[in-house]
Amino acid sequence: MSTSSLPDIVYMLIFFFMITTSMRDVELKVKTALPKASEIAKLEKKALVSSIYIGPPRDAKLGTESRIQLNDQFARPEDIADWVLQEREARNEADRPLLTTALKVHKETRMGIVTDVKQELRKVGAFRINYTTLKGSALEN
Amino acid sequence: MAKKTPEINSSSQADIAFLLLCFFLMTTAMDVDYGITRRLPPPVEQNVDDVKVKERNVMNVLINKNNKLMINGRPSDISLLKEEAKHFMTPRPSDETAPEVETKSIEMLGDVLMSKGVISLQNDRGTSYAMYISVQNELARAFNELKEEMAWRHFHKHLDQLNEDQTKAIGEAVPVRVSEAEPVEK
Repeated sequence: MSTSSLPDIVYMLIFFFMITTSMRDVELKVKTALPKASEIAKLEKKALVSSIYIGPPRDAKLGTESRIQLNDQFARPEDIADWVLQEREARNEADRPLLTTALKVHKETRMGIVTDVKQELRKVGAFRINYTTLKGSALEN
Repeated sequence: MAKKTPEINSSSQADIAFLLLCFFLMTTAMDVDYGITRRLPPPVEQNVDDVKVKERNVMNVLINKNNKLMINGRPSDISLLKEEAKHFMTPRPSDETAPEVETKSIEMLGDVLMSKGVISLQNDRGTSYAMYISVQNELARAFNELKEEMAWRHFHKHLDQLNEDQTKAIGEAVPVRVSEAEPVEK
Protein backbone atom coordinates (compact mmCIF):
# COMPACT_ATOMS: atom_id res chain seq x y z
CA MET A 1 0.00 0.00 0.00
CA SER A 2 1.36 3.39 -0.91
CA THR A 3 1.59 5.79 2.01
CA SER A 4 3.08 8.68 0.10
CA SER A 5 -0.10 10.75 0.36
CA LEU A 6 -0.40 10.26 4.11
CA PRO A 7 1.62 13.39 5.01
CA ASP A 8 -0.58 15.50 2.75
CA ILE A 9 -3.73 14.23 4.44
CA VAL A 10 -2.30 14.94 7.87
CA TYR A 11 -1.20 18.41 6.81
CA MET A 12 -4.73 19.11 5.67
CA LEU A 13 -5.98 18.07 9.11
CA ILE A 14 -3.44 20.40 10.72
CA PHE A 15 -4.58 23.32 8.63
CA PHE A 16 -8.16 22.56 9.55
CA PHE A 17 -7.34 22.67 13.25
CA MET A 18 -5.18 25.76 12.90
CA ILE A 19 -7.98 27.66 11.23
CA THR A 20 -10.92 26.54 13.34
CA THR A 21 -9.36 26.83 16.76
CA SER A 22 -7.86 29.44 18.97
CA MET A 23 -5.02 28.90 21.38
CA ARG A 24 -6.02 28.04 24.90
CA ASP A 25 -5.11 31.22 26.72
CA VAL A 26 -4.80 30.42 30.38
CA GLU A 27 -4.07 27.60 32.73
CA LEU A 28 -7.07 27.35 35.03
CA LYS A 29 -6.29 27.52 38.71
CA VAL A 30 -9.92 27.48 39.81
CA LYS A 31 -12.75 25.04 39.17
CA THR A 32 -15.43 26.48 36.93
CA ALA A 33 -18.37 24.12 36.67
CA LEU A 34 -20.77 26.49 34.94
CA PRO A 35 -24.49 26.64 35.73
CA LYS A 36 -27.08 25.93 33.04
CA ALA A 37 -29.35 28.44 31.31
CA SER A 38 -31.64 28.40 28.31
CA GLU A 39 -31.95 32.06 27.24
CA ILE A 40 -28.43 32.31 25.97
CA ALA A 41 -26.60 33.86 23.07
CA LYS A 42 -23.37 32.84 21.43
CA LEU A 43 -20.39 34.88 22.49
CA GLU A 44 -19.24 36.39 19.20
CA LYS A 45 -15.78 37.70 18.41
CA LYS A 46 -13.55 35.96 20.90
CA ALA A 47 -10.85 38.57 20.43
CA LEU A 48 -13.12 41.11 22.12
CA VAL A 49 -13.85 38.97 25.15
CA SER A 50 -11.78 38.87 28.30
CA SER A 51 -12.60 36.34 30.97
CA ILE A 52 -12.66 36.46 34.73
CA TYR A 53 -12.71 33.07 36.41
CA ILE A 54 -14.23 32.66 39.86
CA GLY A 55 -14.40 29.40 41.73
CA PRO A 56 -12.87 27.19 44.40
CA PRO A 57 -9.13 26.56 43.83
CA ARG A 58 -8.16 23.34 42.09
CA ASP A 59 -5.36 22.92 44.59
CA ALA A 60 -7.12 21.46 47.62
CA LYS A 61 -4.48 22.92 49.93
CA LEU A 62 -5.83 26.40 49.21
CA GLY A 63 -9.21 25.60 50.71
CA THR A 64 -12.67 25.61 49.19
CA GLU A 65 -13.49 29.32 49.37
CA SER A 66 -14.04 30.78 45.88
CA ARG A 67 -11.20 32.89 44.51
CA ILE A 68 -10.83 35.17 41.51
CA GLN A 69 -8.43 34.34 38.70
CA LEU A 70 -7.25 37.01 36.26
CA ASN A 71 -4.90 35.92 33.48
CA ASP A 72 -2.70 33.28 35.10
CA GLN A 73 -2.94 34.14 38.75
CA PHE A 74 -5.21 34.60 41.70
CA ALA A 75 -6.34 38.14 42.28
CA ARG A 76 -8.29 40.29 44.67
CA PRO A 77 -11.33 42.35 43.65
CA GLU A 78 -9.18 45.50 43.89
CA ASP A 79 -6.95 44.21 41.08
CA ILE A 80 -9.78 44.13 38.57
CA ALA A 81 -9.64 47.84 37.67
CA ASP A 82 -5.98 47.57 36.62
CA TRP A 83 -6.65 44.37 34.73
CA VAL A 84 -9.51 45.95 32.75
CA LEU A 85 -7.25 48.87 31.81
CA GLN A 86 -4.59 46.42 30.63
CA GLU A 87 -7.12 44.49 28.58
CA ARG A 88 -8.30 47.73 26.97
CA GLU A 89 -4.73 48.77 26.24
CA ALA A 90 -4.16 45.50 24.39
CA ARG A 91 -6.95 46.21 21.88
CA ASN A 92 -6.97 48.83 19.21
CA GLU A 93 -8.96 51.94 19.87
CA ALA A 94 -11.99 51.16 17.72
CA ASP A 95 -12.59 47.86 19.51
CA ARG A 96 -12.33 49.16 23.07
CA PRO A 97 -16.00 50.10 23.57
CA LEU A 98 -17.03 46.63 22.37
CA LEU A 99 -14.96 44.79 24.93
CA THR A 100 -17.06 42.26 26.84
CA THR A 101 -16.13 40.73 30.16
CA ALA A 102 -17.14 37.10 30.45
CA LEU A 103 -17.75 35.92 33.99
CA LYS A 104 -16.96 32.22 34.23
CA VAL A 105 -18.18 31.40 37.69
CA HIS A 106 -18.47 28.07 39.47
CA LYS A 107 -22.11 27.30 40.23
CA GLU A 108 -21.64 26.85 43.96
CA THR A 109 -19.91 30.18 44.41
CA ARG A 110 -21.63 32.61 46.77
CA MET A 111 -22.89 35.81 45.15
CA GLY A 112 -20.89 38.07 47.50
CA ILE A 113 -17.66 37.76 45.54
CA VAL A 114 -19.51 38.05 42.22
CA THR A 115 -21.20 41.25 43.41
CA ASP A 116 -17.81 42.67 44.42
CA VAL A 117 -16.44 41.91 40.96
CA LYS A 118 -19.46 43.51 39.29
CA GLN A 119 -19.09 46.65 41.42
CA GLU A 120 -15.41 46.92 40.41
CA LEU A 121 -16.35 46.52 36.75
CA ARG A 122 -18.96 49.27 37.06
CA LYS A 123 -16.42 51.62 38.66
CA VAL A 124 -14.00 51.19 35.79
CA GLY A 125 -16.72 51.42 33.14
CA ALA A 126 -16.69 47.86 31.82
CA PHE A 127 -20.47 47.60 31.50
CA ARG A 128 -20.79 44.82 28.95
CA ILE A 129 -20.76 41.53 30.78
CA ASN A 130 -21.69 37.99 29.96
CA TYR A 131 -22.52 35.29 32.46
CA THR A 132 -21.06 32.31 30.67
CA THR A 133 -23.28 29.25 31.08
CA LEU A 134 -23.93 25.85 29.63
CA LYS A 135 -26.97 25.07 27.52
CA GLY A 136 -29.76 23.48 29.50
CA SER A 137 -32.76 24.13 31.65
CA ALA A 138 -32.13 26.63 34.42
CA LEU A 139 -34.57 24.77 36.64
CA GLU A 140 -32.07 21.92 36.94
CA ASN A 141 -29.41 24.05 38.62
CA MET B 1 24.58 10.58 -18.87
CA ALA B 2 23.29 13.07 -16.31
CA LYS B 3 23.73 12.13 -12.73
CA LYS B 4 20.57 11.09 -10.97
CA THR B 5 19.49 13.63 -8.29
CA PRO B 6 19.54 11.96 -4.90
CA GLU B 7 16.07 11.80 -3.38
CA ILE B 8 15.41 12.99 0.16
CA ASN B 9 14.02 10.27 2.29
CA SER B 10 10.47 11.37 3.04
CA SER B 11 9.28 8.42 5.02
CA SER B 12 9.43 10.36 8.30
CA GLN B 13 7.39 13.25 6.97
CA ALA B 14 4.17 11.62 8.06
CA ASP B 15 5.49 11.23 11.58
CA ILE B 16 6.51 14.87 11.73
CA ALA B 17 3.09 15.92 10.49
CA PHE B 18 1.44 13.74 13.11
CA LEU B 19 3.55 15.35 15.82
CA LEU B 20 2.46 18.79 14.66
CA LEU B 21 -1.14 17.64 14.57
CA CYS B 22 -0.91 16.35 18.14
CA PHE B 23 0.59 19.65 19.25
CA PHE B 24 -2.29 21.66 17.78
CA LEU B 25 -4.89 19.26 19.11
CA MET B 26 -3.56 19.68 22.62
CA THR B 27 -3.01 23.42 22.69
CA THR B 28 -6.28 24.54 21.18
CA ALA B 29 -9.71 24.98 22.64
CA MET B 30 -12.59 24.33 20.29
CA ASP B 31 -15.39 25.13 22.71
CA VAL B 32 -17.72 27.96 21.86
CA ASP B 33 -18.94 29.99 24.78
CA TYR B 34 -22.58 30.74 25.38
CA GLY B 35 -24.04 32.94 28.04
CA ILE B 36 -26.51 35.51 29.26
CA THR B 37 -25.40 38.98 28.20
CA ARG B 38 -26.26 41.87 30.47
CA ARG B 39 -25.37 45.52 30.70
CA LEU B 40 -24.31 46.85 34.07
CA PRO B 41 -25.69 50.23 35.11
CA PRO B 42 -23.21 53.07 35.55
CA PRO B 43 -22.13 53.67 39.16
CA VAL B 44 -24.58 55.77 41.16
CA GLU B 45 -23.50 59.20 42.31
CA GLN B 46 -23.44 59.80 46.02
CA ASN B 47 -26.24 61.84 47.61
CA VAL B 48 -28.63 61.45 44.74
CA ASP B 49 -32.21 61.22 45.91
CA ASP B 50 -33.86 57.95 45.12
CA VAL B 51 -36.20 58.15 42.19
CA LYS B 52 -39.65 57.47 43.52
CA VAL B 53 -41.31 54.61 41.70
CA LYS B 54 -44.90 53.78 42.42
CA GLU B 55 -45.31 50.59 44.34
CA ARG B 56 -47.67 49.05 41.82
CA ASN B 57 -45.00 49.46 39.15
CA VAL B 58 -42.41 47.33 40.92
CA MET B 59 -42.16 43.60 41.29
CA ASN B 60 -39.67 42.75 44.01
CA VAL B 61 -37.76 39.52 43.58
CA LEU B 62 -35.63 38.62 46.54
CA ILE B 63 -33.31 35.64 46.89
CA ASN B 64 -32.06 34.93 50.38
CA LYS B 65 -28.91 33.16 51.47
CA ASN B 66 -30.67 29.80 51.54
CA ASN B 67 -31.62 30.26 47.86
CA LYS B 68 -35.28 30.78 48.74
CA LEU B 69 -37.29 33.11 46.59
CA MET B 70 -39.66 35.89 47.64
CA ILE B 71 -41.86 37.74 45.18
CA ASN B 72 -43.41 40.93 46.57
CA GLY B 73 -43.00 39.61 50.09
CA ARG B 74 -44.62 36.25 49.42
CA PRO B 75 -42.49 33.10 49.44
CA SER B 76 -42.43 31.59 45.97
CA ASP B 77 -40.64 29.10 43.83
CA ILE B 78 -38.37 29.35 40.83
CA SER B 79 -40.78 27.30 38.72
CA LEU B 80 -43.50 29.98 39.17
CA LEU B 81 -41.23 32.96 38.55
CA LYS B 82 -41.53 33.06 34.77
CA GLU B 83 -45.33 33.10 34.78
CA GLU B 84 -45.45 35.71 37.55
CA ALA B 85 -43.02 37.97 35.70
CA LYS B 86 -44.91 37.54 32.45
CA HIS B 87 -48.24 38.28 34.10
CA PHE B 88 -46.75 41.35 35.80
CA MET B 89 -45.22 42.77 32.61
CA THR B 90 -48.28 42.19 30.42
CA PRO B 91 -50.06 45.56 30.00
CA ARG B 92 -53.49 45.45 31.62
CA PRO B 93 -55.02 48.95 31.48
CA SER B 94 -58.20 48.05 33.40
CA ASP B 95 -56.43 46.40 36.33
CA GLU B 96 -55.84 48.84 39.21
CA THR B 97 -53.23 46.65 40.88
CA ALA B 98 -51.22 46.04 37.72
CA PRO B 99 -48.42 48.41 36.68
CA GLU B 100 -49.39 51.61 34.89
CA VAL B 101 -49.52 51.54 31.11
CA GLU B 102 -48.57 54.08 28.51
CA THR B 103 -49.17 54.22 24.79
CA LYS B 104 -46.14 54.71 22.65
CA SER B 105 -45.98 54.86 18.91
CA ILE B 106 -43.22 52.73 17.49
CA GLU B 107 -42.17 52.53 13.88
CA MET B 108 -43.52 49.41 12.13
CA LEU B 109 -45.80 48.54 15.05
CA GLY B 110 -47.94 51.65 15.37
CA ASP B 111 -49.36 52.53 18.77
CA VAL B 112 -48.31 50.00 21.37
CA LEU B 113 -49.46 49.60 24.96
CA MET B 114 -46.42 49.44 27.18
CA SER B 115 -46.23 48.51 30.83
CA LYS B 116 -44.30 50.84 33.12
CA GLY B 117 -43.42 47.90 35.33
CA VAL B 118 -39.92 47.25 36.59
CA ILE B 119 -38.65 44.01 38.07
CA SER B 120 -36.29 44.64 40.92
CA LEU B 121 -33.87 41.83 41.71
CA GLN B 122 -32.10 41.61 45.01
CA ASN B 123 -29.82 38.89 46.22
CA ASP B 124 -27.92 38.16 49.38
CA ARG B 125 -24.14 37.78 49.55
CA GLY B 126 -24.75 34.15 50.45
CA THR B 127 -26.99 33.31 47.49
CA SER B 128 -25.47 30.66 45.26
CA TYR B 129 -24.45 31.67 41.75
CA ALA B 130 -26.47 28.83 40.21
CA MET B 131 -29.66 30.18 41.82
CA TYR B 132 -28.87 33.71 40.68
CA ILE B 133 -28.38 32.52 37.10
CA SER B 134 -31.62 30.52 37.27
CA VAL B 135 -33.52 33.63 38.34
CA GLN B 136 -31.88 35.78 35.66
CA ASN B 137 -32.69 33.10 33.12
CA GLU B 138 -36.34 32.78 34.13
CA LEU B 139 -36.78 36.56 33.94
CA ALA B 140 -35.12 36.61 30.51
CA ARG B 141 -37.45 33.79 29.48
CA ALA B 142 -40.50 35.81 30.55
CA PHE B 143 -39.40 38.78 28.43
CA ASN B 144 -38.51 36.57 25.48
CA GLU B 145 -41.96 34.99 25.57
CA LEU B 146 -43.60 38.42 25.64
CA LYS B 147 -41.48 39.42 22.65
CA GLU B 148 -42.37 36.22 20.87
CA GLU B 149 -46.08 36.85 21.40
CA MET B 150 -45.76 40.38 20.13
CA ALA B 151 -43.77 39.24 17.09
CA TRP B 152 -46.51 36.75 16.28
CA ARG B 153 -49.28 39.33 16.76
CA HIS B 154 -47.69 41.96 14.52
CA PHE B 155 -45.68 40.06 11.93
CA HIS B 156 -47.02 36.48 12.12
CA LYS B 157 -43.48 35.30 12.47
CA HIS B 158 -41.37 33.80 15.22
CA LEU B 159 -38.86 36.00 16.99
CA ASP B 160 -35.86 34.40 15.32
CA GLN B 161 -37.36 34.80 11.84
CA LEU B 162 -37.67 38.59 12.06
CA ASN B 163 -35.39 40.89 10.15
CA GLU B 164 -33.17 43.43 11.87
CA ASP B 165 -35.64 46.33 11.85
CA GLN B 166 -38.46 44.17 13.13
CA THR B 167 -36.29 42.79 15.93
CA LYS B 168 -35.38 46.34 16.89
CA ALA B 169 -39.02 47.43 16.94
CA ILE B 170 -40.00 44.49 19.14
CA GLY B 171 -37.05 45.21 21.43
CA GLU B 172 -38.30 48.77 21.79
CA ALA B 173 -41.85 47.66 22.54
CA VAL B 174 -40.80 45.10 25.15
CA PRO B 175 -37.74 46.49 26.94
CA VAL B 176 -36.04 44.15 29.39
CA ARG B 177 -36.64 46.08 32.59
CA VAL B 178 -34.74 44.16 35.23
CA SER B 179 -32.99 46.34 37.73
CA GLU B 180 -30.59 45.01 40.28
CA ALA B 181 -30.64 46.55 43.71
CA GLU B 182 -27.49 48.30 44.85
CA PRO B 183 -25.60 45.92 47.12
CA VAL B 184 -25.77 46.77 50.79
CA GLU B 185 -22.40 47.73 52.25
CA LYS B 186 -20.70 44.90 54.09
